[in-house]
Amino acid sequence: MSVAALFALVAVGIVGWWLFARQLTAKPWEKRQIESDNASGGAALALPAARVGLWLLLAVMTSFFGLLISAYGMRMELADWRPLAVPDLLWANTAMLLASSAAFQWTRWAVARGHAEGVAAGLVLSGLFAFAFLAGQVLAWQQLHASGQFLASNAAAAFFYLLTGLHGLHLAGGLAVWGRTTARIWRIRARLEDVRLSIELCALYWHFLLAVWLVLFAVLMSGTSLTSAFLDICSAIVKAL
Amino acid sequence: MAIALVLILLVAGSLLFHFFSPWWFTPIASNWQMMDETVNITFWVTGIVFVAVNLFMAYAIFRYRHRRGQRAEYEPENKKLEWWLTAVTTLGVVAMLTPGLFVWAKFIDVPRDATVVEAVGQQWNWSYRFPGNDGTLGATSARLINRDNPFGIDPGDAKGRDDVLVFSPELHLPVGKPVKLLLRSKDVTHDFTVPQFRVKMDLVPGTVTFMWFTPTKTGSYDVLCEELCGVAHFAMRGRVVVDEEPVFQAWLARQPTFSQSPVPAAGDAAAGQAAFAPCAACHGAKGEGNPSLNAPKLSGQERWYLARQLTNFKHGIRGAADQDTYGKQMAAFASTLDAAAIENVVAYIETLPDEQAKPALEGNAERGRSLYATCAACHGEAGEGVWSTHAPRLARMSDWYLARQLRNFRQGVRGGHPQDFPGAQMAFMAKALREQSINDLVAYINSLR
Amino acid sequence: MAYVAIADRDVHLHDPQTFVTKYIWSQDHKVIAIQYSVTAIAVGLVALVLSGMMRLQLGFPNTFSFITPSNYLQFITMHGMIMVIYLLTALFLGGFGNYLVPLMVGARDMVFPYMNMLSYRVYLLSVLVLRASCVVPGGPTGAGWTLYPPQAVLPGTSGAGLGIILMLVSLAIFIVAFTMGGLNYVTTILQARCRGMTLLRLPLTVWGIFMATILGLLAFPALLVSAIMMILDSVLGTSFFMPAVVSMGKGLKYDGGSPVLFQHLFWFFGHPEVYIVALPAFGIVSDLLSVHARKNIFGYRMMVWAILAIGCLSFVVWAHHMYVSGMNPYFGYFFATTTLIIAIPTAIKVYNWVLTLWHGDIHLRVPMLFAIGFIFTFVHGGLTGLFLGNVTVDLPLSDTYFVVGHFHMVMGVSPILVVFGAIYHWYPKITGRMLNEALGKLHFWATFLGAYAVYLPMHYLGILGVPRRYYALGDTAFIPNSVHDVNVAITVAALVIAAAQLVFLFNLVWSLAHGREAGSNPWGATTLEWQTPDTPPKHGNWGARLPVAYRWAYEFSVPGARSDFIPQNEPPEAPGGREHGAKP
Repeated sequence: MSVAALFALVAVGIVGWWLFARQLTAKPWEKRQIESDNASGGAALALPAARVGLWLLLAVMTSFFGLLISAYGMRMELADWRPLAVPDLLWANTAMLLASSAAFQWTRWAVARGHAEGVAAGLVLSGLFAFAFLAGQVLAWQQLHASGQFLASNAAAAFFYLLTGLHGLHLAGGLAVWGRTTARIWRIRARLEDVRLSIELCALYWHFLLAVWLVLFAVLMSGTSLTSAFLDICSAIVKAL
Repeated sequence: MAIALVLILLVAGSLLFHFFSPWWFTPIASNWQMMDETVNITFWVTGIVFVAVNLFMAYAIFRYRHRRGQRAEYEPENKKLEWWLTAVTTLGVVAMLTPGLFVWAKFIDVPRDATVVEAVGQQWNWSYRFPGNDGTLGATSARLINRDNPFGIDPGDAKGRDDVLVFSPELHLPVGKPVKLLLRSKDVTHDFTVPQFRVKMDLVPGTVTFMWFTPTKTGSYDVLCEELCGVAHFAMRGRVVVDEEPVFQAWLARQPTFSQSPVPAAGDAAAGQAAFAPCAACHGAKGEGNPSLNAPKLSGQERWYLARQLTNFKHGIRGAADQDTYGKQMAAFASTLDAAAIENVVAYIETLPDEQAKPALEGNAERGRSLYATCAACHGEAGEGVWSTHAPRLARMSDWYLARQLRNFRQGVRGGHPQDFPGAQMAFMAKALREQSINDLVAYINSLR
Repeated sequence: MAYVAIADRDVHLHDPQTFVTKYIWSQDHKVIAIQYSVTAIAVGLVALVLSGMMRLQLGFPNTFSFITPSNYLQFITMHGMIMVIYLLTALFLGGFGNYLVPLMVGARDMVFPYMNMLSYRVYLLSVLVLRASCVVPGGPTGAGWTLYPPQAVLPGTSGAGLGIILMLVSLAIFIVAFTMGGLNYVTTILQARCRGMTLLRLPLTVWGIFMATILGLLAFPALLVSAIMMILDSVLGTSFFMPAVVSMGKGLKYDGGSPVLFQHLFWFFGHPEVYIVALPAFGIVSDLLSVHARKNIFGYRMMVWAILAIGCLSFVVWAHHMYVSGMNPYFGYFFATTTLIIAIPTAIKVYNWVLTLWHGDIHLRVPMLFAIGFIFTFVHGGLTGLFLGNVTVDLPLSDTYFVVGHFHMVMGVSPILVVFGAIYHWYPKITGRMLNEALGKLHFWATFLGAYAVYLPMHYLGILGVPRRYYALGDTAFIPNSVHDVNVAITVAALVIAAAQLVFLFNLVWSLAHGREAGSNPWGATTLEWQTPDTPPKHGNWGARLPVAYRWAYEFSVPGARSDFIPQNEPPEAPGGREHGAKP
């Protein structure tokens, strides 16, 4: 829970900090302030609304996955916890998702350069990699199932299915948007300007889901305690330095 | 204008209510006097704020009500005033929080010499366990809980053998000695509360929680469950009796230990057959029941239930009320049986063929179905009877008898004895039923197989 | 991060032609707001009837054959769930948030109108699923609105099969709806303010809705997570929350799960939820007080900071609902401290409301009466919160009627009084007609006094030790007969309140056709929603040109100005020179 509480605090804190940066200490009834506000006309973020909306959605999703991880961490501390040996296939899947994210980033650059063919190819590629990731996840489920680890057989297995499943659902949702964007390029030969925002937002969403996956992957391999796993990673980093 | 006056009246009324209402803490019977004092401090601090803010508001409304030509002042803020108010509020908060945390520190620090007692909650009754001579409770597991081992004590654990088991919801404690109550639940979350002791704590399945107190007054106190635990939550009652030390020790010595407890010896059906002869005169040779003699069907009933009722009849826990004519008859017969004979008789009854009793009442079974939802919580969906809730079988039994017992429970003829905890629970439930609904309910029970 | 000046960025709106696109599948925030409000109030009436049933049972136990112990718990559960989530959350954010945010910030609509429309549709679906849970075999869940496992999914509780699952599914759907709406409100407030509308020129209503929405966006996922996990526990036999238990005499397959884990997740949502309801009420009541006292809100900046502080703190107080849950007892110190700290910004808000009245020119019109009533009940409910937040004091009072009295006063009565005040206040803008004043006053007095008569005695029953969620008290040694008498009195008061709501409903409908014509700005308010060219505002809100804000939202009784209010969009060159309700 402390993870989630910390996140929520940080998120609200960021909002608060940003607001303070917007002169939340000003006195809007004072003449000087009125004049300066009327002269400037006020300010908003220099971003399209859709992008602000997406950032907010990512905050919501961070809260969601953060809470899942909190629940995982708390459930781990209980007596019956037996860590799960996650299938090695996940490494390959991770590579797929990385590739998908990279392809999206490349597509984004292609849009910026106005390189239409590159955009189409990049989109298809990132979609294919994403599908490969999902297929790999399903395969990992099957492997686990075949090895006798069912949803109800122990809590670690249940969390494995739950976390990967929810992450996969979010990616599937992203793929729906990806499908619409790709179809638009294909069908109406849209001008790049028309799909630019969609592609940018998709890329952002993809990077976010990649980051979520990397965290989830680390969490799923963290053995018997999130805290000690976290400390292990920290000490490994310190040693490497 | 009226609103200003009403605000003043409400403040005055609230104060009068506070000082003159008859409802206040029950007289305290534990060492937690400090909790009452913390509550009182909080009442003073918050009471002053309540009166001050509302009277000020009422005055402001009166003084600055709209009149012709009136104009408000333009007053965006007053930093000094706001900081002052913040500081005073902080002071008030500190005044309430400090004693609160101080008392909490005491609450979570259990005295070393506290007597350990375990309270076990389940839907919807209490039982208790003392550690016995070795001073240590034996290990338990939910997996080991069954009818013969309702506490789920690990038979392999030597520490558990001398554990003293209290099968009744009534717990005795010695006066003046600190008690550490370990709290364990078999099914859902419950909460052990004795209002006179002030402290309470949830029982959480899967883990053992605790609280401590020192009873300071002898007497008998109600135990309530205060965490919603299902349909019969309100009827999950127990009792704590605080005794002088010698009385307590005598009571404790009468309770069985775990190694003595699987008492319900198998019972000898053959011996029971002979003892059954007087029963057969009214209840029929096959225990099929006889409405004309007011004798219900016995065959097919759960034997632990029959044994308990016979014991209750024998000890005047049932069949002692004045209006309970037929119960009195039964009590006379039951008094002739000793504990072993009771086991034998019920063992014999278990061998009798279980034929559906002939329905004698008519009612609207469809309406009865929705009423039965409450009954099912204890007696089972199919009226099959459930040992853990002390609920007998209802399906295929004599319907006229069920109806009569429901009336008895409603009217306090049955279930009023202080030791009849399941009966008291049933009385709670039966009172929720209207007279005209009884036949509908019984008609539905007749349709269960 | 870069900033841009807010330009006259006009958005392209969808152009509704037919009746269906105008009123049914509308993307207009005002129509959606009304859809949200009507649905929320309709489902709220169901919850009101349920509370009446509960009061009948408590006042006259064992009298009504249709109130059985299992029904009673189902009524409790549905009443709580509907009131907290499907009525108050939906009405404050989906209703008032939708209607007021674009108008108050000077926008033509929400930034994502299509998603806004979907949000309502999905909300409606969640309500329908909730209603469906009432007709499935076994009925709706009777686990209490907190839905604690293992109880909620075991057979000793009514609705443990389909009932609880539909409840959880309905909640999950609601969260999706809320998220779609919430992204809209926040983005609109951040990005679609009209020129000149700086953050500190926003009315406090917008601030309250803004912060409440952010809390909701971050906190509702906790409920979603726990709902998903409980559905899996119930349907597929996982053991997230379920330990090894023996139910109805039989051992179940579950093992090792933690019921307290659910409680943590639930209250991580549940506590911010209190503020999701309270903050919009705080904001709205600030504006009502200011308008009807003809005075600027006192300490505006402090009010904004307090909203932010409460928002932050509300994420670190959740376990004060769990002092007796058997969690690590050392948590008690932390959560008692954070909880009592949150009292400080809250108290500041109360002081500032009262100080707004001081030196005012108070018009005791119906919205003002409700606002004053709110201050009284909120002070009462807030102060009793200090009892329950302080871990030691909570021990004797937890799970008694003190708790029932407290939370009804602070998050039942208080926000509902604000809802009523707000409806009397904005009805003229929404419909163009005034609500009947006499009926409004009758409604206020019955509701306000009735509510106090209901909830004040409950606190004392709680101190006595009367437990909550009890179908009947029966004969309990420490409960005197006078408790039964006071229960009768409470029930009578509750029925009077319920009857008063019929007066309100009648007023709402009757005034649609017969109310006095309101004009565009009947109260002489400064904020932008009262300055629209049309009343009720047309699609697109502002006619040809977006408004421009030249001042903050509280220019009342400015010294030297001719009128006692100056609308936000009044240019500085001609201070106060305009007539009541004139357009720039």
